[in-house]
Amino acid sequence: MDLLKLSLSETAEKVRKGEIKAVDVTKAYLERSKSLNKELNAYISFNEKALIAAEKVDQMVANKKDPGLLAGCPIAIKDLLCTKDLASTAGSKVLKNFIPPYSATVVERLEAQGAVILGKTNLDEFAMGSSNETSAFGSVKNPWDVTRVPGGSSGGSAAAVAAKMGLGAIATDTGGSIRQPANFCGIVGIKPTYGRVSRYGIVSYASSLDQAGPMGVTVEDTALILESISGHDPRDSTTSQKKVPQWAKNLKGDLRGVVVGKPKEYFEKEIDSEVQKIIDESFEILKSQGATIKDVTLPTAPYAISIYYLVAPSEASSNLARYDGVRYGHRAESKNIEELYMKSRAEGFGREVKRRIMLGTFALSSGYYDAYYIKACKARRLLLQDFMKAFQGCDFMLSPVTTTAAFKIGGRIKDPLAMYLNDVFTTPTNLAGLPGMSVPAGFTKEGLPVGVQLTAPHFEEQRILNAAQVIEKHTNKEKRKPNVY
Amino acid sequence: MSTEAHSQYEAVIGLEIHAQLLTETKMFCTCANAFGSGDNANTCPTCLGMPGALPVLNKKAVEFSVRTGLALNCQIEETSVFARKNYFYPDLPKGYQISQYDQPLCKEGFVEFFLGEEKKRVRIERAHMEEDAGKSQHQDQDTLVNYNRSSVPLLEIVSGPDMRSAKEAAEYARAVRSILQYIGVCDGNLEEGSMRCDCNVSVRKWGAEKLGTKVELKNINSFRFIEKAIEYEIERQIDAIESGEKIIQETRLYDSDKNRTFSMRTKEEAQDYRYFPEPDLLPVRVSPMWIEDIKSHLPELPLQRFERFVREYGLPEYDSQILTQSKDMAGYFEVVAKVSKNPKASSNWIMVELLRCLNEEKKEIVDSPVSSQNMAELIASIDSGKISGKIAKTVFEEMYKTSEAPEKIIKEKGLAQVSDSGSIEKWIDQIIESNPGQVSQYRSGKDKLFGFFVGQVMKVSKGQANPELVNELLLKKLKE
Repeated sequence: MDLLKLSLSETAEKVRKGEIKAVDVTKAYLERSKSLNKELNAYISFNEKALIAAEKVDQMVANKKDPGLLAGCPIAIKDLLCTKDLASTAGSKVLKNFIPPYSATVVERLEAQGAVILGKTNLDEFAMGSSNETSAFGSVKNPWDVTRVPGGSSGGSAAAVAAKMGLGAIATDTGGSIRQPANFCGIVGIKPTYGRVSRYGIVSYASSLDQAGPMGVTVEDTALILESISGHDPRDSTTSQKKVPQWAKNLKGDLRGVVVGKPKEYFEKEIDSEVQKIIDESFEILKSQGATIKDVTLPTAPYAISIYYLVAPSEASSNLARYDGVRYGHRAESKNIEELYMKSRAEGFGREVKRRIMLGTFALSSGYYDAYYIKACKARRLLLQDFMKAFQGCDFMLSPVTTTAAFKIGGRIKDPLAMYLNDVFTTPTNLAGLPGMSVPAGFTKEGLPVGVQLTAPHFEEQRILNAAQVIEKHTNKEKRKPNVY
Repeated sequence: MSTEAHSQYEAVIGLEIHAQLLTETKMFCTCANAFGSGDNANTCPTCLGMPGALPVLNKKAVEFSVRTGLALNCQIEETSVFARKNYFYPDLPKGYQISQYDQPLCKEGFVEFFLGEEKKRVRIERAHMEEDAGKSQHQDQDTLVNYNRSSVPLLEIVSGPDMRSAKEAAEYARAVRSILQYIGVCDGNLEEGSMRCDCNVSVRKWGAEKLGTKVELKNINSFRFIEKAIEYEIERQIDAIESGEKIIQETRLYDSDKNRTFSMRTKEEAQDYRYFPEPDLLPVRVSPMWIEDIKSHLPELPLQRFERFVREYGLPEYDSQILTQSKDMAGYFEVVAKVSKNPKASSNWIMVELLRCLNEEKKEIVDSPVSSQNMAELIASIDSGKISGKIAKTVFEEMYKTSEAPEKIIKEKGLAQVSDSGSIEKWIDQIIESNPGQVSQYRSGKDKLFGFFVGQVMKVSKGQANPELVNELLLKKLKE
């Protein structure tokens, strides 16, 4: 049996039944991943203890104990999440040798469900970027075309899943960092409702926007991982007490009576015609399954990029103050404390991180606070109200994830504004705290994958998972795979 | 500078008091809020500011803060918000302090206290929750940081600019400490830093409405130094203005060895803290029901106890003030008063004898070697005539030295008062016999000598003779 051909759900099922061994699955994925990583650079490091974790799962099966939903499934973890005794870099030189004495709650929950942590995936430094080019550990290549970016900031996680260097991955999404790379790499990615998944142990970028979520090859796999990591965490006050549904089990393809919103403002942007065509087809697919399409409006959405690039850097400027060289992380040789701060930070942070720290520091400064930060917060509230109003008339929305498919490495990195505009369709979701996902929906003529974005009201992940599975079913006929397969 | 010039000015003083709350765990993590542990023993990823670690609010810290707000007659806000105060310092692990800024928990209260005979009222502008920082220790070229104190809960109590003298400011600070101790939220130790006091001081000409430029004094670690530092600062500011200088807004540190203040940083050098709402914590909501519940469990406060002591025990206001300043002292007094059934004598003995001894040794009432029970028994022994007031002082000295019960000391040292006329007559006869000259002078009309005979009899009886009997019998014998 080719272990690499099984889906995550199938793998977990067979491991639980003792038909295959977690150790063999882990070995197969480790071997493949290590070899492919030379070209793709999706992983920053591999978990040398992965096989020990896999053995434990097999031991449990042998002892007739249930290892959990993700039994023996190798999962890639974005290197923004802390993993106990395993280097956690956030893609930054400042944390290059940082080995945390604790794991993120998400990691603990995966392990509690029998998942095997395969390694830590590459990302834009501190999750700040849309192309994975700001990583201190080098760019990640898109498995569909290695001259293109995998997207960002969770480019390593997306590339790993797309290239089967793991059965699933954990990523984070502050302004689109799950959905955009999932879109560029032809996989499924969901950013759950803010508060659905614990942020404890995940290096903070913008606390009020950050949310971890899964990436997978199929909607069902992704839903299964999401179930495993969701739910209240006493260590994160912003997590919700809401019960976690069995999303995977509850998936249903019937869309009769469902109203799909088409947000007007999202279609006023210049969208690549091939992308537009795929979006149109997706609407048709949903219609064919009984859904009706309705135009909705989000008047504040065109300001989302401006709001986002005030709120996120403001929080980031404060969140990244702790990397000062005093207790851990990069520490520059210095004569006094001021020099220690300045040199450690100057040497440790990359250009994009510095740019955002400076933007945020400026926006919070006395004299500018009201005009920038406060105004952005007010606009953010208006945007949320727009969404609430729009959702009174529809169950979820369908829109593009980005205006184009994956762009060339080096294509936009020199122009920060062009790079920021990548996030035009994804940032509103974070600002409103809504669940959003990207699901593959077609290919460009060049063979690059294109996904669609689905956005639901708070805590209604099931609605978009259902729709995503419908799209998956009706577009996946070709079963195309990236060249590296 | 002439005192005449100085009398043209009035000082305006406001205090910011930081009180460490006596919760078992820290404000945002489950580390012990305890001292004396090894360096950095009480730390975790959260209070060390490790990547990804998050704060979770300690409910007890909120409860203690609400309790304090109520005791300070504040309005308790049902919704308050934590904010980040951003600045770099090695003892501040996250690079920001979690504090409250524009939406504090407690607003608009007041504290009443006595300044001599006069009852004063100082407004409380706000009281807000925040976390403490770690502690830096400088050793030669190096600086070591101990984060045991990092994230310990603090309540910052900000007064109005209502005080007009150094003495008043010190009394206000004492009153606040007393309240904090009464309600059991803070031990109020300035020396050890569990209570810290920053003083804002400005001066203006009498009658002027506009406030002068204020200077903030920091680093003051006793009530006496609060008074001295403010006194010095008032003088300094008046002298500066009189010699044509301008007061600049700045922070000054008090040096108690030199009794002067010196500039730490000016307003121009002051930091922009870039406050913004803390996104890792939800707004704090306290329900009216919870506030009511905390209110209903508030203990008697110092001023209420003061009033009760005057009313119930008939004590002079001065005594009552001293005795109620500390909760332990007031409690000690109440035991002595109730057991001895003599409140006035209890107050005198505690204030005169016991406090003198304790003050000499810089001890607190809880460290008193004389238990309240023993103190009461001593007073009862005087009242029952078992010992004289004079002997009682000897007994007290012994009690203070040995912590023994008065009964035992009186018995072992044979100090009980002698009230049988036979023994006393014997002593009188002895004195009359050995002082024939004085006896004849007395008998020829020199009445003043009577006191001499009383003294001699008391001396020969080693103070044990019942003075009333001595008087009575002496009169009789000398007439014979």
